[in-house]
Amino acid sequence: MREIDSTEISKAVRDLAIAAAHDLEPDILDALLAARDRETGKLAGNILQLLLTNANIASRDRIPVCQDTGTGILFLEIGQEVHIQGDLHEALQEGVQLGYEEGYLRKSVCDPLTRINTGTNTPAVVHLEMVPGDRLIIRFLPKGCGSENMSSLVMLPPAAGIEGVVRHVIDRVLAAGSNPCPPMIVGVGLGGSFEKAALLAKKALLRPVGEKSERADVAELEERMLREINAQGQGVHGFGGITTALAVHMETFPCHIASLPVAINIQCHAHRHKEIVI
Amino acid sequence: MSLLRGEPAFFDNLHEVLLPFSNEALASLAAGQLVSLSGTLYTGRDQTHRRLCALLDEGKELPVNLAGQLLYYVGPSPARPGRVIGAAGPTTSYRMDSYTPRLLELGLVATMGKGARSAEVRQAMIRHGAVYLAAIGGAGAFLSKCIKKSELVAFADAGPEALFRFEVENFPAVVINDLAGRDYYELVAAASHCEK
Repeated sequence: MREIDSTEISKAVRDLAIAAAHDLEPDILDALLAARDRETGKLAGNILQLLLTNANIASRDRIPVCQDTGTGILFLEIGQEVHIQGDLHEALQEGVQLGYEEGYLRKSVCDPLTRINTGTNTPAVVHLEMVPGDRLIIRFLPKGCGSENMSSLVMLPPAAGIEGVVRHVIDRVLAAGSNPCPPMIVGVGLGGSFEKAALLAKKALLRPVGEKSERADVAELEERMLREINAQGQGVHGFGGITTALAVHMETFPCHIASLPVAINIQCHAHRHKEIVI
Repeated sequence: MSLLRGEPAFFDNLHEVLLPFSNEALASLAAGQLVSLSGTLYTGRDQTHRRLCALLDEGKELPVNLAGQLLYYVGPSPARPGRVIGAAGPTTSYRMDSYTPRLLELGLVATMGKGARSAEVRQAMIRHGAVYLAAIGGAGAFLSKCIKKSELVAFADAGPEALFRFEVENFPAVVINDLAGRDYYELVAAASHCEK
């Protein structure tokens, strides 16, 4: 049994929250750079350059990449041989609270009915998974709501088939227009149950931007959806061009013979994510 | 560090405009045009809109005269010590759609956020001679540098959703809806459709 103190977890989460808000990871920076280099729209090309400059200023001057520093989404993989000393959930929430306070990040979490801000950006949303081994992996994905609000879940009839899924995803993405801050990353969760599909769609966003699915048939669909979305010409922020989306990531899970859940979780170009292995 | 790849952001053919808009400057804006704004503007998002309209419902006076002004939809992140403001890019505009026509009636001449406006807002803009601009979403750090002064005007308890007065310099934005009633998002969609 490996012991991990909850205070270590709390500090790690605090650091992840601050780093995520200011320092974009190479996967999204590379994707934006490649998009800028192949962009044909003049205004869109200028805006892509501005987004790269923005990332640079954010990191250098410690100003968040985007003022919407999001709801905290935490994905934990806990090795079965790990024993955590202290209250894990308390440590996670404390880490988020400290990170948002000490990092001068915007607190955007409120009660859904009264709309009164909790003042701490907590509670963060936590997903736990037990895995073999003695390591603890923490992934932090602060999610802004320009993009989150454009997400959806539908239970299609199985007769809709692959064409129905593809059509639905493309229609939803295009209907989102410039609201979710394109160029976006489209997470698709296909199959499972109602809640599983939604979780798959969000987890799809954790894949490095543009990395294909390991399943050849899924990878082919990802590529087709990306091509068809970008062919519509909405482009960066709806200003035209060839870069409405940077990537489509689809995760699948077997589902009931009578069911075909499709969840779409849209991520903006300010794709902030950080991870630590303890 | 992979960040410093490429040139700093550049824009050519920037149309420089002073705020608040003169009638001539307002009329000169054309859908699709990239503009550089300098001068004063007011801010507000969900809570500020809700409260402004609640005051109007009660027949009370607003804390600010919006006639002739630009209202920017933003909820900035907190300023670090010694700084004017934190990140301050636009929020999505459709959430303000249900409130906007009432503010246009009071003489507000411009709004700025991101994403398309409703048919009702577009009609109200044409009726009242107002424009809508898109600021660059997700460029909060860059735009923070364009804000030279920030002053709290009302609704302090709403935190980042309060009403502020900003002084901006060379703040970039794209004209979406102009006085002629054109909508740049629609023009882009139509152009893309014609190419096929």
